[in-house]
Amino acid sequence: MPNPYASTAGASTITATVSGNDNLNDFRDSRGGGNSDRAQKPMGTAQVARRIFAYVRPHILLFVASFVCSALSVVLQLFVPILIGRAIDLIVSAGRVDMAALVPLLARLAATVLAAAALQWVQGVCVNRLSYITVCDLRIEAYDKLTRMPLSLIDRHPHGDYISRVVNDVDQVGDGLLQGLTQLFNGVVTVVATLAFMLATSAPMAIVVVLVTPFSVLAAGAMARFAGKSFTAQMSIQGELSAYVEEYVGAQRLVDAFAYGERAQEGFSSINRKLYAAGERAQFLSSLANPGTRFVNNCMYAVVAVVGFVGVVTGFPAVLTVGDVQVFLSYANQYTKPFNEISGVVTQIQGAFASARRVFALLDAPEDDMGEKPFDLDSNDGAAMDSARNSVVLHDDLAAALGASLQGGPKGDVVFDHVDFSYEPDHPLLQDICMHARPGMRMALVGPTGCGKTTLINLLLRFYDTDSGEILVDDRPIASYSRADLRRMFGMVLQESWLFEGTVRDIISYGRPDATREQVEEAARRARADAFIRALPDGYDTVLPENGGSLSQGQRQLLCIARVMLSDPAILLLDEATSSIDTRTEMQVQAAFDELMQERTSFVVAHRLSTIRNADCILVMRDGHIVERGTHDELLVAGGFYAELYSSQFAPAE
Amino acid sequence: MIGLLKRFGRPFRRELTLGPASKLIEVIFDLLTPLVVALMIDRGVGERNVGVLLAYGALLVGMALAGFASTLICQKMAARASQGLGTSMRDALFAHINSFSYVELDRFGTPSLITRITNDINQVQLAIALAIRQLTRFPLLAVGSMVAALLIDAKLGLIFLISTPLIGAIFWFVMARCIPYFKRMQRQLDQIGLVTREGLSGARVMRAFVREDYERERFCHTAVDQANTAIAVGRLSNVLNPATFLVMNLAVCAILWVGGIQVNVGALTQGQVMAFVNYMTQTLLAIVYVANLVVVFTKASASAGRIEEVLACEPSMCDAAERAGGDDTGSGCTAGAVGEAAPACETAPIGTASPTGTTSDVLSGGFDPSVPAIRLSGVSFAYPGSAEDAVHDVTFEVPRGGTLGVIGGTGSGKSTLVSLFPRLYDVARGSVEVFGRDVRAWPLGELRRAFGFVPQKVELVSGTIRSNLLWRDPLASDADLWRALKTAQAEDFARALPKGLDAPVEAGGKNFSGGQRQRLTIARALVGAPPLLIMDDSTSALDFKTDAALRRAIRMLSGADSSVTTVVVSQRVSSVRGADLICVMRHGRAVGVGTHEELMATCEVYREIAESQLYSDAAASAAEEGGAHA
Repeated sequence: MPNPYASTAGASTITATVSGNDNLNDFRDSRGGGNSDRAQKPMGTAQVARRIFAYVRPHILLFVASFVCSALSVVLQLFVPILIGRAIDLIVSAGRVDMAALVPLLARLAATVLAAAALQWVQGVCVNRLSYITVCDLRIEAYDKLTRMPLSLIDRHPHGDYISRVVNDVDQVGDGLLQGLTQLFNGVVTVVATLAFMLATSAPMAIVVVLVTPFSVLAAGAMARFAGKSFTAQMSIQGELSAYVEEYVGAQRLVDAFAYGERAQEGFSSINRKLYAAGERAQFLSSLANPGTRFVNNCMYAVVAVVGFVGVVTGFPAVLTVGDVQVFLSYANQYTKPFNEISGVVTQIQGAFASARRVFALLDAPEDDMGEKPFDLDSNDGAAMDSARNSVVLHDDLAAALGASLQGGPKGDVVFDHVDFSYEPDHPLLQDICMHARPGMRMALVGPTGCGKTTLINLLLRFYDTDSGEILVDDRPIASYSRADLRRMFGMVLQESWLFEGTVRDIISYGRPDATREQVEEAARRARADAFIRALPDGYDTVLPENGGSLSQGQRQLLCIARVMLSDPAILLLDEATSSIDTRTEMQVQAAFDELMQERTSFVVAHRLSTIRNADCILVMRDGHIVERGTHDELLVAGGFYAELYSSQFAPAE
Repeated sequence: MIGLLKRFGRPFRRELTLGPASKLIEVIFDLLTPLVVALMIDRGVGERNVGVLLAYGALLVGMALAGFASTLICQKMAARASQGLGTSMRDALFAHINSFSYVELDRFGTPSLITRITNDINQVQLAIALAIRQLTRFPLLAVGSMVAALLIDAKLGLIFLISTPLIGAIFWFVMARCIPYFKRMQRQLDQIGLVTREGLSGARVMRAFVREDYERERFCHTAVDQANTAIAVGRLSNVLNPATFLVMNLAVCAILWVGGIQVNVGALTQGQVMAFVNYMTQTLLAIVYVANLVVVFTKASASAGRIEEVLACEPSMCDAAERAGGDDTGSGCTAGAVGEAAPACETAPIGTASPTGTTSDVLSGGFDPSVPAIRLSGVSFAYPGSAEDAVHDVTFEVPRGGTLGVIGGTGSGKSTLVSLFPRLYDVARGSVEVFGRDVRAWPLGELRRAFGFVPQKVELVSGTIRSNLLWRDPLASDADLWRALKTAQAEDFARALPKGLDAPVEAGGKNFSGGQRQRLTIARALVGAPPLLIMDDSTSALDFKTDAALRRAIRMLSGADSSVTTVVVSQRVSSVRGADLICVMRHGRAVGVGTHEELMATCEVYREIAESQLYSDAAASAAEEGGAHA
């Protein structure tokens, strides 16, 4: 019996948002980052099979063993009815039983059965092992890709779909493809071996069986097609009903608040009635498949029995013994089984191929190049590099500056030089951004939502590359750093502070895994997080769940500040909370931010007046441009957009 | 499972009995087949009579046909009963969920309820169908074969009595050992999903801290663990098929051996031995099917349990109209003691309420205008299972046509407080009166229709703009709808849609921008001119110009004839500062109640909030200005 959980295991785990895009093609826009020009035609079946086989090749022994065992086991299993038939022929009637021949024959039978069973077990274990090793390899490779692909692909594609590829699709490849293939192979061996055995026993009878089997196969096929159509209809109404339930149970609070219940129920009942009609029909038709084939098989059984026994009596159409008839009776049932199962196996394999395509599409997604290529600027691709190439003049000075910065550690000097950027080619987001933050400066970014503040952060850390223009850190274009080196210079505290499952200590030391206990606690103290951490059940060893559990938003942010405090970067990127007004924590966060910003260059997406006032330079952004820059007082005096924003935010409620 | 059958099975009694009964006929024919074949051997072959062979052959075909016909009946009955049961269960479950108050919805959670009404019912439906179709077939086949075998020859029958339980034991042994592994595998697979999810949602941080290698290794561990479990369980679960095959054929060996001896002494015939062999095969195949069924039923009974759990959960809130048969005094209720939480279907005494008017009076305005629109006296509320009050001892009154602002931080109890007004939750202590009448004395539907509610979460359902706007008042005219859209600042974009009110809305309103969706939900609440309007933090997606225009338009509604009483919940001082009354919430308590100026002067929390928000001093100066003008 196959593992009864295996088939549902994948499906029940994660109900993912499956977007119809197997290939991540339409996400492979100009922002692809890396080698986006790689050919992307939908993969042919042969190509998919070849690629899957590449994963099997290292375990070729298992692969070969499973097929050899499968073939041997099937042949032995089919030999069993022949031995039983011969035994029956030795048991004719009272006084005419050849015990001397019967006992060794039965011993042979027992040995055959034992060998067949053992081989079957070995085959099962081999396939299972092979399929899970392959699944594991594929999965690790798929996750690897997720950590290397450009962030644009992660941002713009539903996460549920990626998760589904890593979890469900990979499982499908193992389950469906490898196990399905062995099943198919088993089926073929069964058919061929049965034919051979039948021909060897009695050619005329074999022909009789072969002539009647098409009925069974045809009947099963017709029934499946018949049921298939009504099944599709049922599935579509089932989908409609699920969508309705999803919507209305999801909006049940709304339904309550609007006293909409009766009308919601009417809508549900009408779909439900349709589902009954379709479901009853589909279920009835599909439930005919088994009795239908059973009926045809029973008829075949009768035909084989009559023809066979007539043969025993009259010698026409063949000279047979009772034992021979017994052999044919058991073969007649066995022979048709693979045919009836094939359609199921084929569907499974098709599904597995579709899954394999989705997994390979993920594996083929472009990658960020992580390599360090400080001087080899011309070999880089991408739009940013084009612009770098155009300003070759800079590079001579650069080499000199480079040597200096490498020795003294990062200073934190940041320049945006005519930077243009857009997520989608026809919607320019940042245009002609120029700015210079000298080491230690506090830069406040202010403007309405969607004006491009967060995008600056994306560009600075090279999550995305600029379309044109250049960003320089310590006088070197950021593209000339390896991404790792570049990112180590930055510390980042975002609003949606990402935590993962782990202890408080793990979370704080995320950026510096080698930090000592003391260093972690010192960082927490300076981040004003020490007090609340100590109040947790296990202090620094408290395990927090993925979303931070019972910690308040402010406390989560304090942990993130401690994390950055510990990794001690030269440049800070901070995103202030907009709406948390737990004042006490808020003040602590503020104090921690202030301490963090000491002697570091910082970019703050600012919401609080005090932060903006204390900034060395406020950059007012609007529609992708820096429209004003200066200190708070300068900008108020200037009476431009900032002044308007400042007063209109709190327009009197007339 | 049994409980569900008892509750919903009555109309399907005919199908539920006729189905298995007709299946029985097929099983009997199946059982007779080896006997007929034995007769063919012993009479036809033994006596070399072709006529007998042909007659028995015809009998076999006839039996197959009759068996097939009776199965058709069975399958039809199974389809009718299982789908019918499923349909009535779904209807009942949906209706029951509809009757749930927020308390029960919180308890189960939406995704869980959705699974129960779809997957779980499907599982039960499948199990019922299989029970009718197969639960009778396979055990009967197994038992019947055994009985037939024992009837032919008791000694050979012993082999059945030994091998059948042996196969059962193997199944039990292997499955009992595998199931913990399967569970572990499932957990590890969930873990793989979790690590992947974390890797995606934390992609920025992971990369910013250059920890990709670490995360890869973490994933690698998880994946390898899962593979190891799967391989280990494979070794075990792959024993089942070969072991069954082995036991079955060794039993056949034994039959042939003992049978040989028996035939030799004349106690048995050759045909009977063959019948034994066939019965053996049939029995053991039947046992394998039964084992498969056990898996299906285990799942289904878990599903049935989850369905029953929902059906058994009585809504904690009861409707005054239903309880008192429409009698609006609420006198039909059992009065509980003052200061105690009102149990399921009892109401606390409505001491202060003097229910003088009917709803229509209220709605048409023919109601004493001196009675406040909303009055809270000592209101407390705690979520079930929570020791702390989410709302604690809140008292205030909002006059008709007035505006109430509720401000406070995340989790301070603002939304909870206002959801008590339309009785989305029942208070634990104290009372909420709407137009002078305790909310528990109102017929629930009427009370809720008196409110226009704009929830914090922007939700639209699939359909058209019109179908969404008709939620509050199904009889509203197009002119009403346009008026609501206009007030909600949604007229411009709605007019620009090619189909206007008939423009399609996708599930969740995904084909509209956040701001548009929010304005549509506001318009939906305004249709049919509700006398009370609740806006729960519902302008977050609007830019400040639209927000200001909206606020102005809403003010106009309540303006002249004091017809609309408005409740605005917000975290922003700017949204509430113009209100007639502001309630400042903190940790479930109203720490300040008054106007903006009063609170700025007296309420420290309010002042802190105001000061922590950008441009608060601008607001203050604007307020001073406003004061100067007045």
